[in-house]
Amino acid sequence: MELLRFTTAGSVDDGKSTLIGRLLYETKSIFEDQLEAVDRASRSRRYEQVNLALLMDGLRAEREQGITIDVAYRYFATPKRKFIIADTPGHIQYTRNMVTGASTANLALVLVDARNGVVEQSRRHAVLSSLLHVPHFVLCVNKMDLVGYDQDRFEEIQEEFQSFAARLEVEDLTAIPISALYGDNVVTRSPNMAWYEGPSLLHHLENLYIASDRNLIDPRFPVQYVLRPHSAAFHDYRGYAGQVSSGSFRPGQEVLVLPSGLTTSIEAIETADGPVDEAFPPMSVTMRLADDLDISRGDMICRPHNRPAVSQDVDAMVAWLSEMPMQLGGRYVVKHTTRSARSLVQELYYRLDVNTLHRDLDATVLGLNEIGRVRLRVMVPLFYDGYRRNRTTGGFVLIDEATNNTVGAGMILEKVH
Amino acid sequence: MLLFSGGKDSLVLLRLAEKAFWPCPMPFPVMHVDTGHNFPEVLEFRDRRVADLGVELVVASVQASIDAGRVRGPQGRDPSRNRLQTVTLLDAIAERSFDAVFGGARRDEEKARAKERVFSFRDEFGQWDPKNQRPELWSLYNGRHHRGQHIRVFPLSNWTEMDVWAYIAHEQLEVPSIYLAHRRRVFRRDGMLLSEGPYIAPDEGEEVFEASVRFRTVGDMTCTGAIESVAASLEEVIAEVAAARVGERGATRADDRVSETAMEDRKREGYF
Repeated sequence: MELLRFTTAGSVDDGKSTLIGRLLYETKSIFEDQLEAVDRASRSRRYEQVNLALLMDGLRAEREQGITIDVAYRYFATPKRKFIIADTPGHIQYTRNMVTGASTANLALVLVDARNGVVEQSRRHAVLSSLLHVPHFVLCVNKMDLVGYDQDRFEEIQEEFQSFAARLEVEDLTAIPISALYGDNVVTRSPNMAWYEGPSLLHHLENLYIASDRNLIDPRFPVQYVLRPHSAAFHDYRGYAGQVSSGSFRPGQEVLVLPSGLTTSIEAIETADGPVDEAFPPMSVTMRLADDLDISRGDMICRPHNRPAVSQDVDAMVAWLSEMPMQLGGRYVVKHTTRSARSLVQELYYRLDVNTLHRDLDATVLGLNEIGRVRLRVMVPLFYDGYRRNRTTGGFVLIDEATNNTVGAGMILEKVH
Repeated sequence: MLLFSGGKDSLVLLRLAEKAFWPCPMPFPVMHVDTGHNFPEVLEFRDRRVADLGVELVVASVQASIDAGRVRGPQGRDPSRNRLQTVTLLDAIAERSFDAVFGGARRDEEKARAKERVFSFRDEFGQWDPKNQRPELWSLYNGRHHRGQHIRVFPLSNWTEMDVWAYIAHEQLEVPSIYLAHRRRVFRRDGMLLSEGPYIAPDEGEEVFEASVRFRTVGDMTCTGAIESVAASLEEVIAEVAAARVGERGATRADDRVSETAMEDRKREGYF
């Protein structure tokens, strides 16, 4: 069954928990014992009504402070699709959690209170989702019941958001007027908003076309592991195991291996269940090649006429995730596909204000939750594509060698000339 | 090292490891933390599965930890050795200097586990610090650690209970017989059906009766409850799971009922 991953962001007040709670409840994804536990916890905290946020906030500190600190993952399914919600806090101090949630999402659900319209937090969620190239956006204008289910108000907010989104790279945007509290347009179309002719939120999530979210054009196979059994049954066997990043591969095709640049052809594509005649994302397979080449982890198999950029210099948008700021001239380990190498921050072109999109050209450091355009010099060449074209070969993380912490996330821009 | 208890999640994990390295044998041993209170049917299944695969099995024994004075056996009415497993597990990891430990935990099981990373860093004391976890983007996992620290790896993080059963059915994997409905002598305690056996006995007033039951999770005999069921095949189990209105741990795990944050508290100490 197809899987759709989406992010939500926001605070308790905008009805996010109510909306998620309703989606889970209506799809029968909340167990009775979980509801009872939330009910007990709500009463012990003397809340007036059952607080579904307690379902999401799993850590002691979150429950005590009534806030979401980390990304919480929730799972539900309908007969049509499986869903994973990455629920993240909306406050600016949790930008790194929003970035984390967005990195694997197909869709960003931007929630707006119909009374307040588009606020800073909804803009920030949109900017970060666009930066992480989430392919689909849904603008949910919530609490329509509190504005009398007014069509003009909905359209006003929709236009305001659209004009903001036009400054971002948002390819697919759908706006839906809802009331999470009363269930209007959440699972079924609401009789209270006859003027609205689009689908309910769940119907949209179930039917959205997502097959083209993955790059099926550029064949990329980063080698993860070399399999050499040395057993009697597999005497001279040498296979390259990994997950197809993008594009597709077939036995018999000519391939090019980086960094050597040598070409050979695919002898067979194998799995523990037997050979396959095509491999495409997200399949994990083992390739056997016609010639014995020197190939190890971190190398990349592609096609002679469709190769990634090969360079030690990469320009990227970097989101900084650590309390220790990123310094110009700082050294970090870059982890990109199956390759890890030391790198140096050679330039910080500007720091981006995620609320105003203003570029600060005088910045010399990136602090926690800040985003900037950076040039890295890497000790060995990376084999990459622009992140907007290919999320797998265009994304990397930066690791501090002293602490081993993941301190930055990068989205590579087009090739440096 | 891969933690293998014979439970449904770990048998799926073992299968995935077997497939990932085919045609090579998996390049690490499997380990079971044996509380000494396990279901005999599960131990029998464990030994058979490991022998079939030809992998090394390390059994870390809680009884040995008690005998060596590393931990004290549980006191009072609750005979569960559940929490003691942490010491045994951490000792075994230190003894063999394991860098990484694969586990079958899933985020949908429990609210503290919902916050868990796929690659979860543990310090020199085996502690999990939920507020200070490494960000995890795309599928770029950071397994770097210093000597004495280790990484817990949870490849099934995004699987649900239903996904696990669907995979078992798809692969036609054998499961320990206690997952399927069978007749067993049980008694009711705190709303759960516990199995009468050598490690736990009914108190006065707790009546023992025979019923058709099966287990949704596999843990210690002392803290794992059965559910009344007639689902005797994988297909029937899947139909039952699909219709279940109570979560698997909520229904059958006394160890999660200690407090609202029982799992988080155990995980901080280094529990699975």
